[in-house]
Amino acid sequence: MGSYRMDVLVCGGTGCQASNSIDVIETMSKEIKAAGLEKEINLVTTGCFGFCEQGPIVKIQPDNVFYVKVTPESAAVIVKEHFVKGRVVKELLYEEPKTRKKLEEQSDMPFYKKQERIALRNCGLIDPENINEYIAVDGYQALGKALSEMTPEQVIDEVKRSGLRGRGGGGFPTGTKWELTRMSKADRRFIICNADEGDPGAFMDRSILEGDPHSVLEAMAIAGYAIGADSGYIYIRAEYPLAINRLKIAVKQAYDMGLLGKNILGTDFSFDIHLKYGAGAFVCGEETALINSIEGGRGEPTVKPPFPAEVGLWKMPTNINNVETFANVCPILLRGADWFASIGTEKSKGTKVFALAGKVNNVGLVEVPMGTTLREIIFDLGGGIKNNRKFKAVQTGGPSGGCITEENLNIPIDYDSLTEIGSMMGSGGMIVMDEDDCMVNIAKFYLEFTVDEACGRCTACRVGNKRLHEILTKITEGKGTEEDLERLKDLSQIIKDSSLCGLGQTAPNPVLSTMKYFWHEYLAHVNDKYCPAGVCKALLKYHIIPEKCKGCTLCTKVCPKGIISGKLKEAHVINKEECIACGACEQVCKFGAITRM
Amino acid sequence: MGEYKVDAEKLKKLGDFIEGLEYAEGELINILREAQEMFGYLPMDVQLFIARKLGIPAAKVYGVATFYSYFTMTPRGKHVISVCLGTACFVKGADRIVEEFRKQLNIKEGTISEDGMYTLDSIRCVGACGLAPVVIVDGKVHGRVKPEDVAAIIRGINEDESGEQMLVKQNVQ
Repeated sequence: MGSYRMDVLVCGGTGCQASNSIDVIETMSKEIKAAGLEKEINLVTTGCFGFCEQGPIVKIQPDNVFYVKVTPESAAVIVKEHFVKGRVVKELLYEEPKTRKKLEEQSDMPFYKKQERIALRNCGLIDPENINEYIAVDGYQALGKALSEMTPEQVIDEVKRSGLRGRGGGGFPTGTKWELTRMSKADRRFIICNADEGDPGAFMDRSILEGDPHSVLEAMAIAGYAIGADSGYIYIRAEYPLAINRLKIAVKQAYDMGLLGKNILGTDFSFDIHLKYGAGAFVCGEETALINSIEGGRGEPTVKPPFPAEVGLWKMPTNINNVETFANVCPILLRGADWFASIGTEKSKGTKVFALAGKVNNVGLVEVPMGTTLREIIFDLGGGIKNNRKFKAVQTGGPSGGCITEENLNIPIDYDSLTEIGSMMGSGGMIVMDEDDCMVNIAKFYLEFTVDEACGRCTACRVGNKRLHEILTKITEGKGTEEDLERLKDLSQIIKDSSLCGLGQTAPNPVLSTMKYFWHEYLAHVNDKYCPAGVCKALLKYHIIPEKCKGCTLCTKVCPKGIISGKLKEAHVINKEECIACGACEQVCKFGAITRM
Repeated sequence: MGEYKVDAEKLKKLGDFIEGLEYAEGELINILREAQEMFGYLPMDVQLFIARKLGIPAAKVYGVATFYSYFTMTPRGKHVISVCLGTACFVKGADRIVEEFRKQLNIKEGTISEDGMYTLDSIRCVGACGLAPVVIVDGKVHGRVKPEDVAAIIRGINEDESGEQMLVKQNVQ
């Protein structure tokens, strides 16, 4: 990347931008100029490093120093100390929470140690708005290799042998999908990149598009060559403005360099890429719904078969892969199917990106080989549970998935093992929950989401899920009965059996899996009118522990109902009958004397 | 175009936009986006105009406009406050944040305040889960928001507002 003495990589992903990384970049640029170093130091705005918890992140090369939580003020210090005087700014290094040691290098951090980055290989390494930086890291070589040295059949064969499976949810073998589309007889065929990342809590596709958009464009062109398509569409959520912007820049640059458009690299292969924006509908992640949306209609799913590989966009055979799947394609062509197939488990090859979020210390994106255990991901990479609380469950697969408890944390995860324990891989969102989360409430949350997002086409999903949500609401309000629990089970099964598309068929999963693992919590809600996690407001009762109460009277002052009584320096009492469970007293108590029960 | 009770000039611009498209019918979502950008929302008359222009049933336009959460048929406040209710934000207490905005602004979710200043909205995941819970005010992301921060966020909007008015005044003078 030129003859600079130093490369300074600053994260410009959505997460770090929200923590002010734009100001960090501006300050740095100013300070570098003020120090007269602009010819020596190359300031690069990169995509996501993945370690969102510690953002904004600044990495210095070749010194290999990794600064965390950098503010505009500390950015100025980095310039003065590190760039001018050559001294590492210790205060800005990541501190390993267990040993309290400051770590300089990324590779020493537990968060990065077990990661193996294939799909995220360039995120945080290159400037996503500069095609030359992508080319410098072997970009567009795989396309060149495919077009000049391989037949379309050979490309498909390579992808098939690699064992790559769809990273968007279903886990269908990618090479087979390509082959099926190629075999469908038609005048035209299309490629679609599904970038409608609707699973709340999953943000790997966004990060790839923001950090390495060319890797997706290149793979789409390769797929186009393999199946015989002349154009491709990227269907992207409107909620991702930064990713859209970077994609637009990347598409233009690729056209300007002759890497997209007519006669790519001087061959007779031509390929165009168009961007299409979603307008906020979760169901559009489903292939047939997505196609309807691209055609300008309501994003309602249609019955399969026929599959898009036979009858897809504009009634032509269409191959749909998601962003992360495409991001794996170029390394497979360059390094070979055998290399890729050597990573992972027997039936799930390669790596998977997980978005670690919720009550975990290191929120962020991690890419690990298939077969890594949940325990490793949550406790080694993720650094365990926030505030030393106890782990309760992790939800994978989003609204279609299920929760996994302590007993299954040691299972090596891949597509099949997750399905076996009642969850699914989905797009790779992982929401960690602790003892303060009520599982009935979580199930209700997911159902609220599905009810909101159901397209309304089939009755089972439209009406059934609404009923599920009503029953769950009733339970969290303390009005549920044991018969309601039976009804939940029965109805869930009916919805699964009779819904039209994947959204409806999987919508009851959060209910079924929380019932399976947390049956006692459901029982407590309906029989004892008690929420063990202390979340469901209607079931809350606040109570003062007499031994802990010092009689400071603070709680009596904040209680909006004025129902806490007691003399100064004597234990206080809450009138439970009139308590509205607002929690104000608990928040002000300095002695931890007020508990929920 | 007198039959439509909306700004005729904007309508003309929208008409030009539609005419400039190659395959206009497949671009319905795009057209609606453009229209919402111009009008701030999608009044019935605008939908009717689009339907006539494309030669398709108004029911189809209405069907698409009501299907996607991006489109709204009611005007929006000058400032849009969106609270993320994605799972990561939810487990970190986003519902309490919504509750607090609701109380302090005295509006319900998805509605506009009486003075037309605010719309309170919920959204599903912007992918900034590292900063959960997240609130977006007029496109600016506020991360790790606590219920006690809500007052300061509203104050921030109001200060920008009065700053803007001061500027306008100065310019007039």
